[in-house]
Amino acid sequence: MPASVPVDGLLSVAWLVIALPLAGAALLLLGGRRTDRWGHLLATGTVVAAFVLAVASTLQLSGRPGHAASIDLFTFIRTGGLDVSAGLLIDPLSAVFMLLITGVGALIHVYSIGYMAHDSGRRRFFAYLNLFVAAMLLLVLGNSYVALYVGWEGVGLASYLLIAFWYTRPAAATAAKKAFLMNRIGDVGLALAIFLMFAQLGTTSYAGVFGEVGLLAGGTVTAIGLLLLLGACGKSGQFPLQAWLPDAMEGPTPVSALIHAATMVTAGVYLIARSAPVYDETPTARTVVLAVGAVTLLIGAIVGCAYDDIKKVLAYSTVSQIGYMFLAVGLGPVGYAAGIAHLLTHGFFKAGLFLGAGSVMHAMDDQVDMRRFGGLAKRLPVTFVTFGLGYLALIGFPFLSGYWTKDAIIEAALDRGGWSGWVLGGVAVLGAGLTAFYMTRLMLMTFFGKARWTPGVHPHESPPSMTAPMVVLAVGSVAAGFLLVQVFPLAEWLEPVFGEPAEAAHVVAPAVVGIVVTAVMTVGVLAAWLFVGRREVPTTAPVRVSPVVTAARRALYADTVNEALVMRPGIWLTRALVWLDNRGVDGVVNGAAAALGGSSSRLGRAQTGFVRSYALGMLGGAVLVAGALVAVTTA
Amino acid sequence: MTITNYLVLAAILFTIGAVGVLVRRNAIVVFMCIELMLNSVNLTLITFARASGTVEGQVIALFVMVVAAAEVVVGLAIIMAIYRTRRSASVDDVNLLKY
Amino acid sequence: MTDVPWLLLMIAVPAVGAAVVAGLPAAREALARPLALAVSLLVLLLAVLATVAFDTGGDRFQLTTAVAWIPDFGVDFALGVDGIALSMLLLIGVLVPVVVGASWHETPPPRPGRGPRSMRAFWAWLLLLESLMVGVFAATDVFLFYVFFEAMLVPMYFLIGSFGGENRQYAAVKFFLYSLLGGLVMLASVIGLYVVSNSQLGEGTFAFDALRQLEIDPGVQKLLFLGFFVAFAIKAPLVPFHTWLPDAGTQAPIGASVLLVGVLDKVGTFGFLRYCLPLFPDAARDLAPWVLVLAVVGVLYAALVAIGQDDMKRLVSYTSIAHFGFIALGIFAFTTEAATGAVLYMVNHGIATGLLFVVVGMVIARSGSRRISDHGGLAARAPLLAGVFLLAGLASLALPGTNSFVSEFLVLIGSFPERPVHTVLATLGIVLAALYVLLMYQRVMHGPARGVLAEPDAEPDAGAAPEPADPPHGGGGATAVLAAPAPARTRRVPDLSRREVAVVSPLVALILLLGVYPQPLIDLVTPAVEATISDVGADPGGNTPQVGVTPIEEDD
Repeated sequence: MPASVPVDGLLSVAWLVIALPLAGAALLLLGGRRTDRWGHLLATGTVVAAFVLAVASTLQLSGRPGHAASIDLFTFIRTGGLDVSAGLLIDPLSAVFMLLITGVGALIHVYSIGYMAHDSGRRRFFAYLNLFVAAMLLLVLGNSYVALYVGWEGVGLASYLLIAFWYTRPAAATAAKKAFLMNRIGDVGLALAIFLMFAQLGTTSYAGVFGEVGLLAGGTVTAIGLLLLLGACGKSGQFPLQAWLPDAMEGPTPVSALIHAATMVTAGVYLIARSAPVYDETPTARTVVLAVGAVTLLIGAIVGCAYDDIKKVLAYSTVSQIGYMFLAVGLGPVGYAAGIAHLLTHGFFKAGLFLGAGSVMHAMDDQVDMRRFGGLAKRLPVTFVTFGLGYLALIGFPFLSGYWTKDAIIEAALDRGGWSGWVLGGVAVLGAGLTAFYMTRLMLMTFFGKARWTPGVHPHESPPSMTAPMVVLAVGSVAAGFLLVQVFPLAEWLEPVFGEPAEAAHVVAPAVVGIVVTAVMTVGVLAAWLFVGRREVPTTAPVRVSPVVTAARRALYADTVNEALVMRPGIWLTRALVWLDNRGVDGVVNGAAAALGGSSSRLGRAQTGFVRSYALGMLGGAVLVAGALVAVTTA
Repeated sequence: MTITNYLVLAAILFTIGAVGVLVRRNAIVVFMCIELMLNSVNLTLITFARASGTVEGQVIALFVMVVAAAEVVVGLAIIMAIYRTRRSASVDDVNLLKY
Repeated sequence: MTDVPWLLLMIAVPAVGAAVVAGLPAAREALARPLALAVSLLVLLLAVLATVAFDTGGDRFQLTTAVAWIPDFGVDFALGVDGIALSMLLLIGVLVPVVVGASWHETPPPRPGRGPRSMRAFWAWLLLLESLMVGVFAATDVFLFYVFFEAMLVPMYFLIGSFGGENRQYAAVKFFLYSLLGGLVMLASVIGLYVVSNSQLGEGTFAFDALRQLEIDPGVQKLLFLGFFVAFAIKAPLVPFHTWLPDAGTQAPIGASVLLVGVLDKVGTFGFLRYCLPLFPDAARDLAPWVLVLAVVGVLYAALVAIGQDDMKRLVSYTSIAHFGFIALGIFAFTTEAATGAVLYMVNHGIATGLLFVVVGMVIARSGSRRISDHGGLAARAPLLAGVFLLAGLASLALPGTNSFVSEFLVLIGSFPERPVHTVLATLGIVLAALYVLLMYQRVMHGPARGVLAEPDAEPDAGAAPEPADPPHGGGGATAVLAAPAPARTRRVPDLSRREVAVVSPLVALILLLGVYPQPLIDLVTPAVEATISDVGADPGGNTPQVGVTPIEEDD
């Protein structure tokens, strides 16, 4: 790492990027009701300021040799052989994330001003949102795995608080708890990976670990890679820890857009990309990453086809799209840039889609069932257009964002060669078709066809503070892919981090891939039109359906499996242990006490209170003693 | 005359006292039986002192008499107090102090 | 300033305070409370001054005072602190004023047939307890340590037995008997040490520094180690010696619970570090595998049992047992990082669990019930209370940014190189910790108003605080999906009062401060930890792997 160049200018105050939103959160939480009136403006202001600062630092960064700046702030923990300093690392990779987080974060703050205008908990909402932005920035800007872990759990907390924002709803409270717990399972993996690094390398900083990881035995590196992957799966909602993400939609919609679509859930991708030097040493772990990505990609897409809840469809779409990103970064050097590019474009169009969904819900009195929508295109023109652009970008409509970045991933997968390349490429293409299907279904059910609204609902377009961010994101959805792939190639910007990608020999010509993918996408769109668009959509879900649809509606039995394998045995174990503790361990103690007490009261019966019986006892005792003495002396 | 006679007498006295303590109920009688046992022991002490030609046994016997006198004072006082409250001098009626 | 006998003052001031409070005439009883607060704050000041006088780079034991006490047996009234003991004294200094504040409105339980006990006794016992707690950490003479160790039981016995919950007698006796049993076994070992020192040094002594030089036969070491270990394992408490704590922690008044779990139990883990390791290094090394098994079992077992509890105080007690498992793991892994983590854990756990107990006490004071199932939806009525509750819970589950993270992280990362299997199992405990904290938080704070809180209010004027704003509702427009509407008139639940804010804010501040910048505390304890680790024959330099030089274990 070229950290030798002194850090100056704006970069030396880069910690402000984190500190500003954090200060905002602290002020709002501690300030209480006094900050109710202007708190949301302050919160938005801090994130906008952080964005400006992020842009400025990134510009300054591009002028530095090596495009990287490592900034040590203070000693966090130093004892024995452990030395963890709180420090920041700003390099092309973290700069990209810093821009995404502050940029999308600022837009969603603006959107939330309108969305949460009538909520009595608005101040609390903005405080949590600021807290999230700060933690997420710490996650990506930290210069060691420990700093990343601190941010990692910090975003988990913010996510918990925001999912449970409407905590009087038991479903929201439970979903929040579930999210936190499943994340914690992943965190165990991340923590163990850090322990293993420390045990083997004596350091946890990126520079230290990446410098020496090549000297480690292969098995150890694979273990580190797999443990990191466990952490990434938890945070990014990847198989087998994907079940929390759809439930997390209980939170307010801006939260779903910011945390559960654009930023936090992509932290797993960041982790794997950041750990590229580790994964470069271990093809085994990379293969597992690929498998996880491919499986999740399909699971998300299949389940997305069956749900009627607009936010849950988008959530499963997120699961599926992050599967693409995992697939990409699992491919190694050829895929890192493609994965990050897709992450960025996905950040734009998925955030836009969620904000659009929020706008629809806003119009429909918080209805989320798409069977109760229909014909909204005319009533919500801005939402329709922005949502539609996001939709086209997502399904990979030619020359919009998703087209560029998703194609790049599919190409990279095919370029892997051999049967695994064909399988992965095939899965990715199939996923593209499914994506087109479920998203078209969503569009048709929401914006087209006849109105199936609940009586008494009068849809109306959202206020400008909500539509403006949607417009910005829609523009991003259209243009970002082209810009990132063709105009300012992200791959070149990221070269200092991932190295120069070797020019792979194409198994299939890129043009052919583009055509095939577009064709599959068209099939998906047509299929959706055939199944959904042509006919009347019933307002209740049909009951008699094929087993495949039932399975998809139950999220491929993920929750059922979790319950059967973890929850029920866990409850049983807990009950058994409580019983054991009360009856067993404490029973032994109380039993011993009772035995002592019982025997003493029984012995006490000998104390009759009759003097003469005591006298007899004394006499008997004296005779015994005398007899014993005689026996001893005569023997 | 050997010391055997004295010792036998002392043993008989002690036995009478011990049996009396065990079988009689009246506190005064029990008390006197205890005195009897003490005196049988005194007799034994003096017998041995005489036989061995030392004075220690006689000294101890004097101590026992002094202690016995003190004991009689305290014991009779207790018996009187019990008699006043319970209208009885039977030791079996005073059995409240038990388990 | 080093000439001032700080430690003696810290013992004497609360002891004198206790005598004065106990001797107050009944007419002046109201003075007891402010007097207790003043004395405890004075002790805090003394602790801070002692820390200023302490030189981190200096001798192991500083601020020493020694007076011959029972010269015939070589017993000295010898006081002195190292970084570890000093950090515990600071913890005492912080916690006792908080406890006084939290117990401000404590009322004695009713006694059938007689009027309630005077609260003077409560404050006097509390101050006496503080004095003895200081003594137990400051003693550098093993016999003196033993005396303080046992004497500490007396005030705690009366605090639980006289001022506790409905089952206080049972809990107090159980606590007393358990501790006494351990103490007596330890006494045998203390005497054994004296005998050994008598034969080796020519004259018997109880001075820690002299005893540390002894070369004890390994077999004897094991026996003596076990004597100390049993006492400390009961005190700490490690599974399976733990069952007194849930009862005592539940039945004790909140203030006593805080001190019991926050400080008293730390004597056990402090004892491991101060006595078990340096005095019996061979035995410690031989028996460490067994202790580590107990520690890891404790982490997982106690956490699982905690999940199954319905009584909040009982739940918190069980979480403490799990935390003590982490501390024991850190101590018996024999690395500087882990042991530093364990010491930090002792301090941080006192602060975090202390806060959790205090907040649980505030919830109980509002609802009148310890049962989780009697609560629900409290967050909407008392948001500040809910926030502090959540923070205490997050500190308990060792979320980064809170103090407990630093200590738990250090314990685990320090133990891993030496004991990977134990560490991996203990790390699973962090998931269970999240489960028990969030389950309790969700059931008490989230959801619709439930149980006691949903009952109609009997006295409309019970709380002075205004009703909090309406429960939050859905984004944008009206919410369709609000859970069961609250009854028209539900019990008023006041949010934190000024006094309560003053009680919790120092702990909240410490949780965040030590979570972000723990290095000063680490610097304070590291020299003493390194000395302990080198006593036990391990390398105090910590884990410094030489990649490519030493063979690397396959671990996948």
